[in-house]
Amino acid sequence: MNFDDTPQEAAFRETARKWVEANAPKELHAELSKSSLGRIRLAKHDIVNVGKAWQKKKFEGNWACLHWPKEYGGRDATPIEKVIWQQEEGVYGKLTQPFQIGEGMCGPTVMAFGSEDAKRRHLPKLAAGEEIWCQLFSEPSAGSDVAGLRTRAEKKGDDWVVNGQKIWTSGAHYSDYGLLIARTDPNVPKHKGLTMFFLDMKSPGVEVRPIKQANGMQEFNEVYFTDVVIPDSQRLGAIGEGWSVSLTTLMNERMSIGSRLATGVPELFEFCSNLMLEDGLAIDDPAVRSKLASWAVKSSGLKYTSYRAISALSKGERPGPENSIGKLVSGMMLQDIATYAMDLQGAAGVLTGADEETVQGQFQQMLLSSPSMRIAGGTDEILRNIIAERVLGLPGDIRVDKDVPYNKIPTKGR
Amino acid sequence: MNFDFSDDQKQLRDQARKFLTEKCPPKAVRAVLDGKAPYDKELWKGLAEMGFLGVAIPEDFGGAGAGHLELCVIAEEMGRANAPVPFSSTVYLAAEALLIAGSDAQKKKWLPAIASGEAIGTLALFEGKGNPSPKNVKLSAANGVLNGVKKPVADGAIADFAVVAARTGSSGRDGDISLFIVDLKGGGVEVKGLTNLDPTRGQAEITFKDCKAEPLGAAGEGWSILTQVLDRAAVLCAFEQVGGSDRALEMGRDYALDRIAFGRQIGSFQAVKHMLADMYVSATLARSNSYYGAWALSTNAAELPEAAAAARISATQAFQHCAKNNIQVHGGMGFTWEFDCHMYYRRANAMALGLGSLTYWEDQLIDRMRKKNAA
Repeated sequence: MNFDDTPQEAAFRETARKWVEANAPKELHAELSKSSLGRIRLAKHDIVNVGKAWQKKKFEGNWACLHWPKEYGGRDATPIEKVIWQQEEGVYGKLTQPFQIGEGMCGPTVMAFGSEDAKRRHLPKLAAGEEIWCQLFSEPSAGSDVAGLRTRAEKKGDDWVVNGQKIWTSGAHYSDYGLLIARTDPNVPKHKGLTMFFLDMKSPGVEVRPIKQANGMQEFNEVYFTDVVIPDSQRLGAIGEGWSVSLTTLMNERMSIGSRLATGVPELFEFCSNLMLEDGLAIDDPAVRSKLASWAVKSSGLKYTSYRAISALSKGERPGPENSIGKLVSGMMLQDIATYAMDLQGAAGVLTGADEETVQGQFQQMLLSSPSMRIAGGTDEILRNIIAERVLGLPGDIRVDKDVPYNKIPTKGR
Repeated sequence: MNFDFSDDQKQLRDQARKFLTEKCPPKAVRAVLDGKAPYDKELWKGLAEMGFLGVAIPEDFGGAGAGHLELCVIAEEMGRANAPVPFSSTVYLAAEALLIAGSDAQKKKWLPAIASGEAIGTLALFEGKGNPSPKNVKLSAANGVLNGVKKPVADGAIADFAVVAARTGSSGRDGDISLFIVDLKGGGVEVKGLTNLDPTRGQAEITFKDCKAEPLGAAGEGWSILTQVLDRAAVLCAFEQVGGSDRALEMGRDYALDRIAFGRQIGSFQAVKHMLADMYVSATLARSNSYYGAWALSTNAAELPEAAAAARISATQAFQHCAKNNIQVHGGMGFTWEFDCHMYYRRANAMALGLGSLTYWEDQLIDRMRKKNAA
């Protein structure tokens, strides 16, 4: 039980620190430090452009996707080294946001199931920030029940022809490639008729439409496919094995532990340390302290849970579904903390402008954005099911559609 | 970084679990609960023989000379088994106070006796309502003579000696408090057992009347020593609470798999599954915070005060949450004396108050976080 670097780790940290010190875009430091909760707004720059520049620089310095094999653009780094890198990269890590789906999910799936040609062609570009990838899984009537998806891929000669619609696709509007799961056989039960592909997002017949979200922002998209042609060489895994390929993708998402989950605690702590209430500072109020402490220990508990997972990973153990707790806990916390901070602001809490009393509307923005944290990437309810079934060993839900051919499952509007 | 116990420590855990499964089944806990004995003497003797009582006591003083990480491992198992013995009072409070502040002679006198199971010790801090605070210490000490009343004192009715917090000044500062060791079998001491939430760990009222006492540590250093003792005990108790949380969660899970209603295992209903998943989340967060506390304790790190408070809060909440919902999963059966659920419910809620309440530790955590942020 120790937190100290080994001599090798310390040397690695020193190298990483020096490199960041010499190469990071320091002019953005202040802005990046202020932007929190995954919502980055830079006054003078487009996040995709600065992100690409930083990613490129990292790639040239051999710091991009560093846990990947060298031959595919990585560094063969250990899990601990990746964590050390993330610590040293610090706020500049926020610039990698457009690449996280590619690095965390699409890349590893291509690595596991792609042809050697596909790996050599795409992975180094992905690492260099030259290709941005998105993930095309969810559909309008297949969210939590993603295996119920309708998008069809039909074999025509050596190609597949895709028709259908995806939704909630982060970054589709600036992505070059997408990881797509589609139905190739509607005559078998739903999990068995799926196949995984990747495709060029500039292919004819692909149309990306931004979704205006409840928080007023546009980060997600709908993606429509009309007779989109995908060569069979861009299939990942066997025909009908798409579901198990997707589980690899999701498992890799869990491997990207150590990634920073915003909880809202540092923001609330700072806010309460400065907020004057009628009887003094908020942080001196016993009721405030009690709430703050309860959230603080959840936040530290998550941090040390991820440290335990990293330790397990470094010993060669696979991270399991127990890591589902991170998003479950942090998503709820963000929403609760936002509500509480606004409560402390009283009547002025309703204001969302760049007003001093409401800290530039920080918690108001958090309030409006937090519902998505409890839905995207597995709803709170799905995550609880995962914990209950795969960690605690409780029985699965009774599934009335499990053994029914997909095209015999009753649905609304079909 | 290696944020886990070592293989040797895990082996010790297996050994402790095996021992406690055999020597401390629910039946043994029940015997004390039902008032057949004030504590399980056989178990206490066995713990001494296994070397568990002195696991963190140096070899020079009759212990195993392992360390606090090993003690954390044992503590978790003690909590899991709901062991009806004065382990926390003797080992986390009395022995730690001696290790921090005892003279060589005091250590020689008491530590080997603790390790061998001959002496039960405790900390006499509270005087009725309220949380740890110098201003709540009214018991007076003058010329090595104590006068006043302490209650509740955990395991006070069975203890051989107590570390007593006493007032030796009236400046209104921490320096007004000094610690003393009192042989409870000597004169000037009157002990009365009190009924309490968790009869498997007794509580007592101790009246000191012109009682001769020996100083522990320097005069006026009492509060500073106590703060350290409470931080250490907070981490160690957190491990007991983590063990208790896990056991309560397992009991609930097992019952949910076993019990059939509406033609299905009740564990297949999402209302039940999600309740158990939330218990797992609490228990996991508590375990992780406690590991951090264990690291800070074992290295005597500057982070210990903050880590101890976080472990304490997280583990207290988790054990209360798991113990309460374990009863809920069991339904009506969980509310019977016959089922074991209430033993964990009692223990969880008694432990939540033992070193000061949740509110007290929340307050402490915020102070300590502010201190760190300011530094």
